[in-house]
Amino acid sequence: MGKTNLDEFAMGSGSTDGVFGPVKNPWSYSKQYREKKKQKPHGENEDTNWLITGGSSGGSAAAVSAFTCFAALGSDTGGSTRNPAALCGVVGLKPTYGLVSRHGLIPLVNSMDVPGILTRCVDDAATVLGVLAGHDCKDSTTVQDPVKSFILPSLTDVSKLCIGIPKEYLVPELSSEVQSLWSKAAKLFESEGAKVIEVSLPHTSYSIVCYHVLCTSEVASNMARFDGLEYGHRCDINVSTEAMYAATRREGFNDVVRGRILSGNFFLLKENYENYFIKAQKVRRLIANDFVNVFNSGVDVLLTPTTLSEAVPYVEFIKEDNRTRSAQGDIFTQAVNMAGLPAVSVPMALSNQGLPIGLQFIGRAFCDQQLLTVAKWFEKQVQFPIIQLQEIMGDCSSVFENDLASVSLKQ
Amino acid sequence: MAAPVLRWSCPARRWILANIDRGPRHGRGSPTGSRSSGKRGQSSVAQQPLATAQKPRKGEHQWAAVVGLEIHAQISSNSKLFSGSQVHFAAPPNSLVSFFDASLPGTLPVLNRRCVEAAVMTGLALNCHINKKSLFDRKHYFYADLPAGYQITQQRLPIAVKGSLAYSVFVGKNRNQVINKTVRIKQIQLEQDSGKSLHDDLRSQTLIDLNRAEGQLRVDANISVHHPGEPLGVRTEVKNLNSARFLAKAIDYEIQRQIEELENGGEILNETRSFDCKLGCTVPMRDKEGKQDYRFIPEPNLPPLLLYDSASLPAGADPQQVINIDQLREQLPELPRVTREKLVQQYGMLPEHSFTLLNEVGLLEFFQNVMKETRAEPKRVTSWVLNTFLGFLKQQNLAVSESPVTPSALAELLNLLDQKTISSAAAKKVFEELWRSGGKTPAQIVSEKRLELMQDQEALEELCQATMEKHPQVVMDLKKGNPRAINKLIGLVRKATLNRADPTVIKEMLERQLSS
Repeated sequence: MGKTNLDEFAMGSGSTDGVFGPVKNPWSYSKQYREKKKQKPHGENEDTNWLITGGSSGGSAAAVSAFTCFAALGSDTGGSTRNPAALCGVVGLKPTYGLVSRHGLIPLVNSMDVPGILTRCVDDAATVLGVLAGHDCKDSTTVQDPVKSFILPSLTDVSKLCIGIPKEYLVPELSSEVQSLWSKAAKLFESEGAKVIEVSLPHTSYSIVCYHVLCTSEVASNMARFDGLEYGHRCDINVSTEAMYAATRREGFNDVVRGRILSGNFFLLKENYENYFIKAQKVRRLIANDFVNVFNSGVDVLLTPTTLSEAVPYVEFIKEDNRTRSAQGDIFTQAVNMAGLPAVSVPMALSNQGLPIGLQFIGRAFCDQQLLTVAKWFEKQVQFPIIQLQEIMGDCSSVFENDLASVSLKQ
Repeated sequence: MAAPVLRWSCPARRWILANIDRGPRHGRGSPTGSRSSGKRGQSSVAQQPLATAQKPRKGEHQWAAVVGLEIHAQISSNSKLFSGSQVHFAAPPNSLVSFFDASLPGTLPVLNRRCVEAAVMTGLALNCHINKKSLFDRKHYFYADLPAGYQITQQRLPIAVKGSLAYSVFVGKNRNQVINKTVRIKQIQLEQDSGKSLHDDLRSQTLIDLNRAEGQLRVDANISVHHPGEPLGVRTEVKNLNSARFLAKAIDYEIQRQIEELENGGEILNETRSFDCKLGCTVPMRDKEGKQDYRFIPEPNLPPLLLYDSASLPAGADPQQVINIDQLREQLPELPRVTREKLVQQYGMLPEHSFTLLNEVGLLEFFQNVMKETRAEPKRVTSWVLNTFLGFLKQQNLAVSESPVTPSALAELLNLLDQKTISSAAAKKVFEELWRSGGKTPAQIVSEKRLELMQDQEALEELCQATMEKHPQVVMDLKKGNPRAINKLIGLVRKATLNRADPTVIKEMLERQLSS
């Protein structure tokens, strides 16, 4: 078992704001990327233009992407598993809320968090889900029914499938490459006999703001326990309890975390609660209902982009603050958390720069198996290339002969 | 206690003479809902004001006081309200702390069934409406004994609401006049308890024990005063009173303080105070910047608590997973009021006696056990249990369970008395001996100390005769009409019998002999 890096307290969409430093996307060192960049594969002392992994579970995505492990766990509150999965070319699964126990998961937003699963192929994700899913008496928000582990069928006929394309997800900031791949994927399903229709999720534009209010509010509450008394960092001041709390929390939390706590506490003040928290909860219900309505109209699965673009260089990413980047990074993913639905990012193809682009499938609540079945079909169709790290891995080429490598390698 | 002013006229208390109607001692629950804590699960009870209006008398300043109580009662359960850790009285510090109790991130609350049942039963016993759906909330504040930085409570929708408790107050010279009163219960809610803080002033530090606070019953009182007919006054909160005596004193003091303050043109601050039991006064607690905003949010880790009754129970529901209110109602033990009524009915007991019997732990059972084994009249048994037996217990500060006299022993004693084998006075002596020596039976003691009453009536007649002959001047006194003479004679006869004759019997005999 290994531990991986992340944005501090899972707040961020770049995995750049962790106390251990930023996470580097393995694709930065891939043959595919370097060739396109016309860079020498070896010998460069400079490593200045490496790419971010996305986040907040970037370390886990990188670990899987670089073949260091079979699978990794992340968390997904607004897209923190799916986002880095897309940017690192791996499968990132967000299960239905209530399917997988949150006991042991450091809480960010209790009503939206789920443990996320990162693997190199959809079958692996299904395997891990089968192990993790089911009722846990230590988590009162897990469903009562036990869940059996399952093997995904290999779908051959998609003619009975109905794919929904939410029109509100076509935003101006979407890169042309991602948009074109999204179109291509829709056409792929159509050409194989599936019904592909445009649908509407009318409250999409309110989603990111609503998410922000609810997220910061719960964060303010969940972070209250970090006072240095029982565990974790404690400052040296012992003049008074209050002074100790203040210094400990100032030292122990980075700007991003402190900013969210302050915002959240503002929204929860008696005079603001009705206008912010309650209002946001109501909007959340509307957003969730959007999905319910779409699924009730005969759609099985929604197809959307996962990210606005492929991975960007770190030096570019840090030009904007965490809040801005998070709003951009989470744009296609956070509504799913608000609705508690399952979703999976599946890598589709490389960009012109040789970097992975993934697409997101969103399913009905507790229909994770069905969702993964569709994802598996798609994965087989697109045949996403394996990352080529041989040159920098030197004598590690034996890894590729190892049985522990994912199924897709054997194709 | 809500007696008209006159009964309270006690010159030292100036404010009483100013015609203050104390109002009933139950009152408003705080607007934010009453609290009770208990990670172990506690129920709390808040009461609403019964503002009394009195017709203002001419030229006099009327004051009415309104009091609300928040009662924190720890539920008796094996484990805590939300964590699986055990509950043991006086365990070593921090020895019963689970990850959840220490607020380690990643831990989640899991509701304790027994605590919910206890809350429902409390609600039923207090005539509350049980909410079939109730919710949990987080109440945020920073304090060292609150590791998570928030307390899980039921602020929005508690488990039980709108109850009442009927009770009686005994007044009058002999405390034998009963006034029946009712207090309203605003709500009952489940909530977590905080840890225990121990302030070490020597080292300027505070030690925290997360086992959870001791003190199974704590009360906060909310007090305000106003002129009848006018709006309610600003209230203060007096916290953490843990005895009925201090509660009463604190309330009395605070009412007086507020009245004096207002009559002197001052104002009452909406503040929290504590009670200094040594000085007998309330003092402001260290107040920060005005009122606390607890930033309540719904507790996202606990779904709404759903309760069922027999009508609404879903078919095929797993009994492990559901709580049936009707079933709990059936399991309720007999409530004290009912027990008292039965005692009054069954034994012709005075109501105030039924209260005393029930107010002492184990006393009712003791009484009933004595009744089982004796033929004596209930009134006599009651008197012996409440006066003699209880008296001895109190004197030595013993609980009923620690009594050296068993119900059987007392029953036997009362039988001897009943059979007129011994006199009342002798019985008292026997009781004393029973208490002291423990092992012996009443019969043994009677025989050892030769306390049996004289059974030989003829011999007694002779003694009476002889005594009168020996003391002619007393007889003459008696014939003259001196009321004390008869007692002297009785005393002399008794002495002659070595105290083995009943004074009543002696008196009878003497009077008969004198009149013949």
